[in-house]
Amino acid sequence: MEVIKSLFEYEFIIKAFEVGIIVSLCSALLGVSLVLKRYSMIGDGLSHVSFGAISIAVAFGLAPLAVSVPVVVVAAFLLLHMRENGKMKGDAAIAAMSASALAIGVTVTSLTTGMTTDVSTYMFGSILAMTDSDVILSILLSIMVLVLFIFCYHKIFAVTFDESFSKATGVNVSLYNTLVAILTAVTIVLGMRMMGAMLISSLIIFPALSSMRIFKSFLGVVLSSGVTAVVCFCIGMIVSYRFSTPVGASIVIINLCVFFICCIIQRVQLALNNK
Amino acid sequence: MSEGRKIILGCEDVALGYDNRPVIEHLSFDVRQGDYVCVIGENGSGKSTLIKSVLGLIKPVYGKIVMDKSIENGCIGYLPQQTEAQKDFPATVEEVVMSGFLNKCGFRPFYNKREHQIALNNMKKMNISDLRKRCYKELSGGQQQRVLITRALCAAGGLLVLDEPVTGLDPNASMELYDSLKSLNKEDGMTIIMVSHDIKNVLEQADKILHIDNDSYFYGNINQYLYSDMGSSFNISEKR
Repeated sequence: MEVIKSLFEYEFIIKAFEVGIIVSLCSALLGVSLVLKRYSMIGDGLSHVSFGAISIAVAFGLAPLAVSVPVVVVAAFLLLHMRENGKMKGDAAIAAMSASALAIGVTVTSLTTGMTTDVSTYMFGSILAMTDSDVILSILLSIMVLVLFIFCYHKIFAVTFDESFSKATGVNVSLYNTLVAILTAVTIVLGMRMMGAMLISSLIIFPALSSMRIFKSFLGVVLSSGVTAVVCFCIGMIVSYRFSTPVGASIVIINLCVFFICCIIQRVQLALNNK
Repeated sequence: MSEGRKIILGCEDVALGYDNRPVIEHLSFDVRQGDYVCVIGENGSGKSTLIKSVLGLIKPVYGKIVMDKSIENGCIGYLPQQTEAQKDFPATVEEVVMSGFLNKCGFRPFYNKREHQIALNNMKKMNISDLRKRCYKELSGGQQQRVLITRALCAAGGLLVLDEPVTGLDPNASMELYDSLKSLNKEDGMTIIMVSHDIKNVLEQADKILHIDNDSYFYGNINQYLYSDMGSSFNISEKR
């Protein structure tokens, strides 16, 4: 309790909590659809693109968020398009794109500013990275993501479950695929400031994976993912503060523990049912 | 006997295919309300091209498929072939069935009471109301197919299009599924177009056959089919 109390005496930690909770919630909700569509790696690829964009923005002294949001949205759009046209396999496209973006980012950085703390912050995340305007922008964008997700929930379900049926009944499937990609892109850019480019994708896949071990309905998985993500984020923050570990890595490790616990619960349930 | 009923789907001399390259040409057929049509043919003969064209996913190369108002704008109940991803998808039967109403929602984000009621009735019709809260991935193949047909019923305005509904089912489950389809057709007047490889059973179930081969096709009722050039090979095996 003492630890938690002292935690909230720092303004930057409160900011980090505000942004972190809402971003974890967004990424967990979108993650359910992405994981079920076999698209788990999209988070990883987009975060590397975001890293590249941010490096260039820093090198030219531009605002990182304002540059990387549009760049990552375009990247997400391209990834989906490549997959739909079947010109390149989805996983190959993601791998190619993420490595190239990382390479461009690192090259631009070393040619200009060198590996400053700013850039390494984007690699591994930091809660100090948030300015006041970043916090406001992050919260506004996250709320937009949440509202759109809730509004399109049933459509996202249908498109995730069965694209051919949805298409046949006149649902604009590519519109909703694009929507999910854009929401994911925005969420990743917002989240990677804190989690770091290397770790943000875990925020997308872990809550969904853990929830799918236990819950049987789509709604159950979605709700449980949201709750799991927020709880893991809070525990991760406290652990990171208490033991001075990096925030992003702590949150991922907590998520991993929850995943293992969920696996064990699933095993026990199966064993009980078989009796 | 069928000539008095309303035509709900009509093709006259259409060519179907992709990117202006026709797979089937000079195709003419009418589906009347209450028909039970089975589409058969070799792999690659154009069955799925036909289905996609009927669903409006691809445009005819030339000619036009004319549809009745009742099945325009996505009001066709479609049963696609199952995908790999669905096999471990966390969703209840109810969630899957309700997604059939999506085309009726427009911009409305949630389903209304009436739609829940219709879904319940359709689940009763297909004998799956006791599975309502069960997890889709834990059901048997036959039960899953019933769930997807129920979803198709929720979307349908009078026409069901089924793409190989019995593939992968054991003989008992197949027969039960055929029985359900028969009763949808005979009692509820649902028009059915079904693609199938299961020719032996199809000849007992359907009223009409559309046999597509690369350069020719046959369309007519079962008796005509059995005495036609294309169908006579089955006729012989039937008589044994």
